[in-house]
Amino acid sequence: MLGYLIRRLAYSIFVLWGAVTIVFVVLRVVPGDPALVILGPDASPADVARLRHGMGLDQPLLVQYGHYLLDVARLHFGDSVRLGGDAMGQILLRLPATAELALAAVVFAVTVGIGLGVAAASRPNSVLDRVISVFTLVIQSTPTFWAGLVLLLIFARQLRVLPSEGAHSWQNVILPAITLGLGFLAMVTRLTRSGLLEISHESYLNTVRAKGLSERVVVFPHAIRNALIPVVTVIGLYLGSVLGGTVVIETVFAWPGAGRLIADSIGYRDYNVVQAGVILIAAVFVVVNLLVDLLYGLIDPRVSVGRQER
Amino acid sequence: MTATSAMADTIETTAPPARRRGRTGTVRIVGSLAVVAFYALCAAFGPILFRFDPVAVDTRNRLLAPLSHTSEGHLVLFGTDQIGQDLLAKMMQGARVSMTIGISALLLSGLIGLVFGILAGWFGGWLDSVLMRLADIQLAFPGILLAILIAAVLGPSVGNVIVVLSISGWVTFARVTRGQALATKNREYVDATRVLGARTWHVVRTCVLPSCRAPFLVIAALHIGDVILAEASLSFLGLGTPATTPSWGTTIAGGRDLLSTAWWISAIPGIALAVLVVAFGVLGDALRDRYDPKLAGR
Repeated sequence: MLGYLIRRLAYSIFVLWGAVTIVFVVLRVVPGDPALVILGPDASPADVARLRHGMGLDQPLLVQYGHYLLDVARLHFGDSVRLGGDAMGQILLRLPATAELALAAVVFAVTVGIGLGVAAASRPNSVLDRVISVFTLVIQSTPTFWAGLVLLLIFARQLRVLPSEGAHSWQNVILPAITLGLGFLAMVTRLTRSGLLEISHESYLNTVRAKGLSERVVVFPHAIRNALIPVVTVIGLYLGSVLGGTVVIETVFAWPGAGRLIADSIGYRDYNVVQAGVILIAAVFVVVNLLVDLLYGLIDPRVSVGRQER
Repeated sequence: MTATSAMADTIETTAPPARRRGRTGTVRIVGSLAVVAFYALCAAFGPILFRFDPVAVDTRNRLLAPLSHTSEGHLVLFGTDQIGQDLLAKMMQGARVSMTIGISALLLSGLIGLVFGILAGWFGGWLDSVLMRLADIQLAFPGILLAILIAAVLGPSVGNVIVVLSISGWVTFARVTRGQALATKNREYVDATRVLGARTWHVVRTCVLPSCRAPFLVIAALHIGDVILAEASLSFLGLGTPATTPSWGTTIAGGRDLLSTAWWISAIPGIALAVLVVAFGVLGDALRDRYDPKLAGR
């Protein structure tokens, strides 16, 4: 177990290093002079040269990369051009709001998704099952920001039952969380359904049935525990798109989180903040996946992570 | 109407096993291809029939509701937007932009994936380790976030969006190609081809590539929907196509501030986009059921 833990931890650090390097490559090596990008096309050559020197862009690329890695290790991403103050500090300030939104989205997706999945699996090929499968296909195929706009239009503008923008009360989180969770909801529904159908004829479930217990007891808690194992795995993987989705969804709902800050900063060419935000989100994603992998053994005793070679 | 036919086709997914074998999912494949073909026709000929001028401003006919008439007496099926442009014409143009981006990005990421996959799977060794670790790292990045980062640096243009979406999409193709290359590498017929004196390129072309065809089709159909959705998201954030070449995403974003007064500007392009992506999703699922029985019904 300890060996696995160390290997897995080393792997996570490696992946994080790779992500940090990708950000460096994108921001420095991709065509276009960052100094020119920041100052805009009308800047005088002298200004550009001064900023290049200030940013260390006149040094060899490897030296720049070395400085960059040191800065990242110290969580120093420079100051925000627009807001002033430390770029990472600005992101961290808004991280709780994003975490709240992402958590609400995951809770919504998992609870409703399991419910729909159980309902669909209880009578395979019934009308209900088909309606649910069409529903999941449609929500997987709609652009999330568009779904958000439609929900806004219906619940905030027409029915006026929920607030449309900002984060003033607990009701504000409802619409953005539902929007952000829709894709994940579809995934959880599909996985729960196929998981339940796959194990529905396992002998331990027949034992439960033979004891005369109702089908409800067969599902909760007996079948669901094993059917949910794949769901737990995808929670970790899917969190990536949930976190990436916050950039778009927070913009739609004017949610004061890190995602919206990243989107706004792009518009203002505030690349230090963008860089800090992207790296932080990648780090959160890597850590969550590490935790999911480690927790896997606890949920499914058949999996012995210590001996498992990934 | 297209939406309902696509939905009716989905229902076939759960058809009883007896009907599955043989030509699995023909109805779904034909139905979804018909929807895709309809969109392709709209993209190809729509802009010719309904001329779209990105800079035309027609203040008298601003924000007309769907099915109303302009001051000249023309019917505007989907209404007009805030500068009086016919939404139908704008969407035809958008179909062209979105589908061009989707197909180009798909081909480019497929090509990158194919080359990397063969390099990794066939030649193996350190190249395999490097490429597959690169894939792992990229998967650790939420795809849309990487796209946003690159698009922010490159700036909005059609070409840049294609590049951005190809970079974020190659991993799946590479993994599948690598898997197929590994699976075929040690087969007897490959050995036989080699013994007969075939060069590496010939073996790859005749033995590995054909085995990639079916999985590639499946992934392509599932992936192109994601690409079109990602393009719309980028355009919504102002990182996609410029306003002079309006994609569906740009049009949806343009109607955002007018939701309560002119819902159709955002709603109708969104529906059009969703129907196309549903069609690709149905197509991908049907192709997967046909070519990969192990995954059928999942």
